Order: sequence, then C-alpha cells, then structure tokens
Amino acid sequence: MSPSPDAIAVAAILIVVVAAYALFGGADFGGGIWDLLAGGARRGAAPRALIEESITPVWEANHVWLVFVLVLLWTAFPPAFAAIMTALFVPLSLSLLGIVLRGAGFAFRHTAQQLRMQQLTGALFAAASLITPFFMGTVVGAVVTGQVPVHPVGNVLAAWTSPTAILTGFLFVAACAYISAVFLVPEARQRRHEELTRYFSLRATAAGVITGALAGGTFAELSVSSPHVFARLTGVALPLVAISIAAGIAVLGMLWLRWYHALGLRIAAAIAVAAVVGGWGLAQYPYLFPTSLSLAAGSAPTGSLVGEFVVAGLALLLVAPGFALLYYLQQHRLLTAADTDADLRLAAELGQSAPGQAAAGPPATARITTALVLVILAIRAIRDLFASPRRQ
Amino acid sequence: MAHVLAVNPVPARSQMGSSLGFHIILACFGIAFAAVIMTAEWIGIRRGDAAAMLLARRWSKVMAVLVAVGAVSGTVLSYEMGLLWPGLMGRFGAAIGLPFSLEGIFFFLEAIFVGVYLYGWRRLPPWAHWWSGMPIVVFGILGALSVVAANSWMNSPAGYTLSHGKITRVDPVSVFFNASTPYETAHMVLAAYMVTAFLIAGVYAVGLLRGRRDRYHRLGFGIPFALGAIAAPLQVMMGDIIARFTATNQPVKFAAMEYVAKTARDVPEWLGGIFINGHVYFGASIPAFDSILVGFSPHTRVIGWDSVPAAQRPPLVTLIHLSFDLMVGLGFFLLALAAWQGWWWLFHRRLLVTAWFLVPSALGGVAAVAAMEAGWIVTEVGRQPWIVYHVLLVSNAVTPASGVPVTLGVILALYAILTGVSIGVPMIMSRRWRQETPAEEEAEQVPYGPAPAAP
Repeated sequence: MSPSPDAIAVAAILIVVVAAYALFGGADFGGGIWDLLAGGARRGAAPRALIEESITPVWEANHVWLVFVLVLLWTAFPPAFAAIMTALFVPLSLSLLGIVLRGAGFAFRHTAQQLRMQQLTGALFAAASLITPFFMGTVVGAVVTGQVPVHPVGNVLAAWTSPTAILTGFLFVAACAYISAVFLVPEARQRRHEELTRYFSLRATAAGVITGALAGGTFAELSVSSPHVFARLTGVALPLVAISIAAGIAVLGMLWLRWYHALGLRIAAAIAVAAVVGGWGLAQYPYLFPTSLSLAAGSAPTGSLVGEFVVAGLALLLVAPGFALLYYLQQHRLLTAADTDADLRLAAELGQSAPGQAAAGPPATARITTALVLVILAIRAIRDLFASPRRQ
Repeated sequence: MAHVLAVNPVPARSQMGSSLGFHIILACFGIAFAAVIMTAEWIGIRRGDAAAMLLARRWSKVMAVLVAVGAVSGTVLSYEMGLLWPGLMGRFGAAIGLPFSLEGIFFFLEAIFVGVYLYGWRRLPPWAHWWSGMPIVVFGILGALSVVAANSWMNSPAGYTLSHGKITRVDPVSVFFNASTPYETAHMVLAAYMVTAFLIAGVYAVGLLRGRRDRYHRLGFGIPFALGAIAAPLQVMMGDIIARFTATNQPVKFAAMEYVAKTARDVPEWLGGIFINGHVYFGASIPAFDSILVGFSPHTRVIGWDSVPAAQRPPLVTLIHLSFDLMVGLGFFLLALAAWQGWWWLFHRRLLVTAWFLVPSALGGVAAVAAMEAGWIVTEVGRQPWIVYHVLLVSNAVTPASGVPVTLGVILALYAILTGVSIGVPMIMSRRWRQETPAEEEAEQVPYGPAPAAP
C-alpha cells in the first residue's frame, strides 16, 4: 500500500515546519549557547549584548513552530506521535524542561535589574539552550534508527541512548551554535563592530567544522544502525546532502575570505541546515519509523489531512502578512508625534493626588442602561429558545 | 473496554490538572487583557485623557510579560497531551488535533500583533495604533474558541467514524462544532473576561484603598471593573443554560454536581454539604428546586448517577458538588458587586470608593479565578472515568511510561517559579513606575517589545 498523496503532502509540510524550527529555533538556542560560552560578566558583556539585541524580537514566536510540529504530528500521524511520546518520555520531558526554563528566563530577564539576578536568569536561559536541542536530537536519532516500537509498553531507554542517537544530540547542539554564530556575524557587521564580527566569525568557523565532523560521524553510524535511511541518503536524497555540504563549505569559504555578505551568509547557512532536514525527510520515505511503521499505515483519515492543509493555507495567508507588518515596523522607525511616557505621566498629574477631585461624568449612564436592557432581552430570547423544547 | 495495563492515572491526571489550572489563568489574560487595554486607549484618544493613555501603555507591557509566560505553559500543555495521554492522541489525534492546529495559528497571530502593538506605541498615529491592537482581541477570542472546542469534543465527541477501534473518517467541521462547543466556549470567554477584568480592577482597588485616589487609579479600577460588570450577568445567565444542557447531555456529571443519587422527580437542590454513604451531611436543601431549575417544574425527572454502573460514575462527588457550589456562589458574589457599582453609577455618576465596596472588590479577582478553577474541576472531574465521554476511559489513555510522578514533582516546582514570575514581574514594574524617572520608564524592555531606540 503506497501512501496517499495528501499524506505525502502533509508530511512535506511537516518537514518544512521542522526545517523552520531548526533554523529559527536553532538560532535561538545557539544564541543561548554562545551566551553560556561568552565568559565572565566583564569579558562576555559585548557578545551577550549583541545576542540579546538581535534575537529578542523573534524569540518567542519560535515556540510556535515547535507547537506546530507537535500538532501536525498528532493530527496527521497519530500512531507515530503516541509511540514517540511514550517510548521517548524521558528525553522529551527533559527537552520540555529546557523550554520552560528558557521561557521563564526570557520573561524575567528584561525586568531583572540587579546583576546577580540577571546572571541567574541568564545562566538558566543558557543552560536550557543546551539541554533542549541535545535531547531533541536524541529523539530524532531514535526515530531515524527505527528504535521506537510502534506499540511501546513503556519508556524505551535503549532507543535514545544508542550511539547514533547520542551523536545526533551533539550534532543538534553544534548545528544550533553554528547557525546562530553565522547569523550573528552580519548582525555585528551591521553595527560596525569589527571586533565582534571577527569574534563570531571565528566561532562560526569552529562550530561549522565541528558540525561537519559530527554530521559525517552520524552519517557513517547510520550505515550500520539504519540501513534503509543510509541507502536512501546515498541514493535518492544524495543531491540534497550534496547541496547541504556545498552550502556549508560556501559559508566557511566566505568566513575565511572575510567576505561578510549579510544575505549571502544567511541564505547559505539556512540552505545547509534546511537541505539536511529535507534530506532526512526524503530518506525516511515511505516510513514514519524505518522500517516498522509506514506513512500509509500511520496517517490519519483524509478529513484530518485536508483540515491540516487548510490550516497550513490559513497560516500562509494570515501569518505571513502579520509577520511582514511586524518586520516592516521593526525596520522602519515610523516616528510620529505621539506622546511619550514622560508626557503622559506629566499630563496625568501622577503623584499629585487630589482626593476631592470629582470624576468626570459623561453620559455613561445611557450606555450602562442600554447594556442592561440588551442583557434582559438576551436573557429572554435565549430562555425562550432553550426552554420550550424541554417543557414538552 | 478491557484494561490491558493497570496503570494508575492519578499522577498523570494531577499533572494535567495542575498544568491546565496554571495555564488557564494566563490564557485568560491572553484572551481578555487586550480588550481592557483597548478600552483604556479608546478613552484616552477619544477624550484626550492622558491618564487612560498611560494606563493602556503600561498595561500593554504587563500583557507582553503574561503572554510570554502563557506561551511557555501552552507549549507544556501540547507536549503533555502526548506525554501523558498517548492512548487518546494515538486513537483520536486525527480528530482532536484539528481545533488545536487552528489554535496554533490564532496564537501565532496574537503574538505577532502583541509585537506590532508594542512597537507601534510611538510609531503609529493614535487611531492606527488602536486598530493594530484589535487583532489581539479578535484572535484571542478565536484562539479560545478553538482550544475549548477541543475540550468540548471530549465531552460531546462527534465528527468521526470508528471501525475496529481505528478512526477511518473525520469531518473537521463536526469535530469543531460539536454539541458542547457553543456552551463551553461562551462560558470560557466570559470567564476569561471576568478573571482578567476583576484581577486588574482588584489591583487598583488596593491602590484606592491606600489613598491613591487620583484619576489614574480611578480609571485603572473603573475601566476593567466595567468590563467585568458587563460579563458577570451574562455569565450567570450562561451558567444556568449550561447546567440545563449538562443535565441532558451528560446527566451523570450533572447528578454529581447536584447530589442526585437516584433518578427521581421533585429533586431537592443541595447547597453545600458532604456526601457520605448515600447521605448528605451539613447541607441545606431546597425541596424540588433542582427539578424546577432543570425543567421549570417540580415534577421534572432528573437523572441520577444510579443510571450507570458504579464503575462509570465520577469519583469524588463531594469535590464536584462543592466546586460547583463555589463557582455559582462566587459568580453571584461578583454579580452583586457589579450591580452595586452599577446602581451607584446610575444615580451618582461616580465611582463608589467606600471601603465596604473596595475591600470585596479587591478580592474580586481572586474570587473570579477561584470560580473558574472550580468550574474546570467540575467539568473535568465530572467527566471521569471517561477521557472521551462514553468512548474512551482515562485508564486506557494514560501513558504506560514510568516517570510521571517525577515529572509531576518537577512541573509543580517549575510552576511555582513561573507563578512567581507572572506575579512578581508586574509588581516590580509597578514599583518602578512609581519611583523611577519617566526617561527610565521609556527605556524599559519587555518581551516582544522593541529595543530602546538608538540615539
């Protein structure tokens, strides 16, 4: 039984969303990792400031990619979702722990003013950035190697502690650090900060080399642990693997030559990551779990798949313009002569409380009376609507 | 339904309950806070009222913090759907997943427009900025509709075909608009408005009680209180309708809510009381009133929990009944507060600022939260032992993975921290607003918000 076209289409959407999360979420996590590695409060101040400044605007929206991955998986491929969530309970819980800690740090660090408190939330944030990608990597490694049973009866420790899974975990951490450092190079450059540009260029190169080495190691490991995936990676998915390698080398070349072309760097790094994700998806086909659960056996009925298709369309139709607007506002500082907080504070005469001051009395009575009348009418209407059939 | 594995669902249920109970409070702010802010900004622009504008601007910063924490606790919930209930998601994910997907879209949009709104404060003309906040209000409500529709589906499953225990056909529209959807969603949206409005009003009631009686504090109390006061009567009415719907749709849940042990006519209404071995102790009963509430006649037959075998009855009927009574009681308490202020406003056109009114008003927010939590206890515990009503048992949906007690402990500890963050951050902000210079307030950074403008 070959999978239906809508199952393939939704699987493709899922891969696109995973790639988006790998890129944007990866850059986020990577930012946290470089924050962690930036050294003492004095020495690390400049890179930390740059990381904070360039990542903040897109930060939390990145969680939404993850939520989409989860929701797509459970709606379109429920058996796979249930099996993954059961067998990989431990690494998934640990990655969730990282997400919660990151979120708490994120919400609080803007408000924390004392250095001690900032250091604490910062450390929390940074450590969480390490935990989450690592354990997500082990989850992917477990799936790729087909170690997740289709009907698990409990946690499966062996699935996510295999050499392939652990290697994938490290690969994810390295890839996050890599993508983030590459993105930060042009950010530093745009701020005409030569020292930081070199700082992140050096780190991007190092992370790139390590990521490449880890990818090579994982690839070699796959030949033993997942022959199906390995065969397809060296077969039908080979062009994507080649593109990824080429893009990765291109990035390293640009950094080496100090040709910090902002768009070029970002696009090449994005292609390097996205092509790997795409290659992984293609290599797994036609299986959700190679080779125990096929796409055809694990996908939801047509109604759900079409529903997800509509949702994806809506996302494209609504979310993209919204993002565009936010981005536009971010880039163009549309300054108008609106009041500042200071003006408002003065005009509101805060601090000079006048106890006897009579509150303004505009005709709000009319509004409340209208509301009450409407409420009474609504009560009657709804009561009539629902009461009559029961009395019979 | 055969029990393949004897897994104790209590830790998983506790974890889901505490995660949901925490998230729902933040979700209320996600749904309704924008409406409060928009009202303040509308007054500010329309009447050139600087105090209202300042309130709107400061509130929007608090909203950003709460939405950021809510995004995290929401992510936790979507993980937990799978981590705790793989038996539900594996079998019915295809159906229940659709409303969740829509919710994802609406939350994404909401988060984006929170960003736009925060960026726009000094960058857009006043009315353009006001309109940039409207999508937060709309998408907040639509998001609530979607996610509550998923819960309604568990109460009134519809829109799917099962064969050999596997879903073979799904009709997304019937899943979304199941029988419970209109009732539950309306109830929850109103609850969100009440919780948000009365909590914010409560903060300023404390300020007024401490003698800060300037226009800023009066408006800070009056604007949210007015919204809450509009929602309160609608909610009491809605609650009455839903109770009657539950009496027919989920009679066993209703029986537990009202202590109806045996199907009968002339069923009394119990107020309070503890149910032990077939007797209600310490409760007051109004003869035949439950029958009257259900069918407007003392002779209405009310179905008791004896209609189903003992294994299919919800546990902890006392908890369900007392939670229900608490919710209804607090609902009427808030309605009375709203009516009192409304009456005063009608004849004096002034805010009521006596301590007799302000002290209970300061507690109104806590009361609204307690009522909402009690309501969720009623609907969730009342559905037990089913996770999908009459279709799937909780014990067949719970994860067989070991380690749930550990994650439960961790979640409780983490949520204690998150609670501290969501209460502490706005408190620190408010203290700072009172002490700092305006320039420092200008430079303040919040999640989603713009970085301080470079010179």
